[in-house]
Amino acid sequence: MTAKVVTISSGKGGVGKTTTTANLAVALASQGQKVTCIDADIGLRNLDVVMGLENRIVYDLVEVVEGRCRVRQAMIRDKRLPELYLIPSAQTRDKNSVSPSDMIALCDELRPEMDWILIDCPAGIERGFRNAIAPADLVLVVTNPEVSSVRDADRIIGLVEAEEKGPAQLIINRLNPALVKRGDMLTAEDVLELLAIELIGVIPEDENVVISTNRGQPVTLDGKNRAAVAFHNIARRLRGEKVPFMNLEEKDGFFDRFARLFRTGGSNA
Amino acid sequence: MSSNVTIKGIKEGLLVTMGEGNWNDLKEALFRQIEDKAAFFQGARMALDVGPHVIHAAEMGVLRDRLAEKNITLWAVLSTSQVTEHTAQNLGLVIRLVSARPETEAQAEALSRMADTTISSSEERALFVQRTLRSGYKIEFPGHVTVVGDVNAGAEVIAGGSVLIWGKLRGVVHAGAGGDEKAVVCAMELTPTQLRIASKVAIPPKRKGKLLPEMAFIQDGQVVAEEWTAKGK
Ligand SMILES: Nc1ncnc2c1ncn2[C@@H]1O[C@H](COP(=O)(O)OP(=O)(O)OP(=O)(O)O)[C@@H](O)[C@H]1O
Ligand SMILES: [Mg+2]
Repeated sequence: MTAKVVTISSGKGGVGKTTTTANLAVALASQGQKVTCIDADIGLRNLDVVMGLENRIVYDLVEVVEGRCRVRQAMIRDKRLPELYLIPSAQTRDKNSVSPSDMIALCDELRPEMDWILIDCPAGIERGFRNAIAPADLVLVVTNPEVSSVRDADRIIGLVEAEEKGPAQLIINRLNPALVKRGDMLTAEDVLELLAIELIGVIPEDENVVISTNRGQPVTLDGKNRAAVAFHNIARRLRGEKVPFMNLEEKDGFFDRFARLFRTGGSNA
Repeated sequence: MSSNVTIKGIKEGLLVTMGEGNWNDLKEALFRQIEDKAAFFQGARMALDVGPHVIHAAEMGVLRDRLAEKNITLWAVLSTSQVTEHTAQNLGLVIRLVSARPETEAQAEALSRMADTTISSSEERALFVQRTLRSGYKIEFPGHVTVVGDVNAGAEVIAGGSVLIWGKLRGVVHAGAGGDEKAVVCAMELTPTQLRIASKVAIPPKRKGKLLPEMAFIQDGQVVAEEWTAKGK
């Protein structure tokens, strides 16, 4: 077994890196894969919260890197799935306490035991970003269908190419079919046309994501809603399967109903 | 060995020139000097002239990080190696000191080697860039610039001469940056964030749909665009 290291990045903050990391980890693990997530957002730890593992933290990434504990000791096992682990980030340290070579060494140690290592990258293009992409075999870039987020994704894609980690693959998160239909949101095609890289998945805007995040239960654990299906599809594509993209404009398909719910429900501004 | 690393002050900060010898030795010599003269280097902006040394992205990234740890900003890498120059450009570093006019033949020669391909006659020099310029990339060149690829929003091309883009222009282009009002900007799709020719600034209106190739130039003191028919004007 040699794990593939996948870094989930974005440039702009708040577009859904942590959500994506947690849900892809759950999707892969529920497909029988051995997965470790690493929260590389030092100082702004939150992957543990999203995964609902906060109260089990004893050691963190910085302590592993500084040799104060063994890697195994810092790996929190998610009991809901057979082989899912989290190495949490440190809340009280700054990102200079970890270097790119530390991240490479850590991943090299984990590789033989895992199928996947997912790294949740901090926002920005500074040291934390370079730490997170240093060990990556593949970089996923998350963007929202919105101009400023796409602009930052473009910057990240350029930097990933420059670090010879390319080509990155794209995840479009929070696509709102109702807004797209009204012409008030960039379409997936618009985004792809601008960024010109391979698309690995589109995740709809879904209030279940917010609800489940607050409960520390990634939406993919429950598997039924559209966001969960989208994350499962990405996991399958990562594993090399050819999975057709959900048709967002399908007549009377889920998305039409979805869109109608949005218009009448009005719970999401 | 440290005699092979020379340091001098320039307008933009420090210019460090790596001489001949093993790259790792040179690098260590540099860091020894930094240790010795910590106060001098503290907070410095450094341009690094590596001569013919070939440096790949990972190596250059590590170097930049190590310098950053010493509170030194590596902002430019000068090299006669195309690979190194490419790497630097890709990492968003400046590859040419704007203020340093080539004074000697040798310098002009070195400058022309920095471009992907340069065509140089006595007066005209052109830079040929074969890739899409993504947000955050900036190219500055005293002559003409040709880009085969798109210039995305957030990317910038500043040229002393004309700019020809075989792709979509969505970023910022400044042609005739030294004041040449005859400079033109051509693109397959001309939808820049902002376009400048010499001292004139134009902010084109938002347009949708399929666009024809266009050329922008100065006419009666205004930047105008018309269909680009390759006939020139
Ligand atoms: N598909 C979605 N539908 C609805 N809400 C979403 C979706 N994806 C993410 N969100 C919400 O967006 C917010 C930001 O998400 P998240 O924390 O994953 O972003 P991030 O990129 O990790 O942010 P940061 O840059 O701060 O680390 C969260 O409240 C999350 O619940
Ligand atoms: Mg996050």
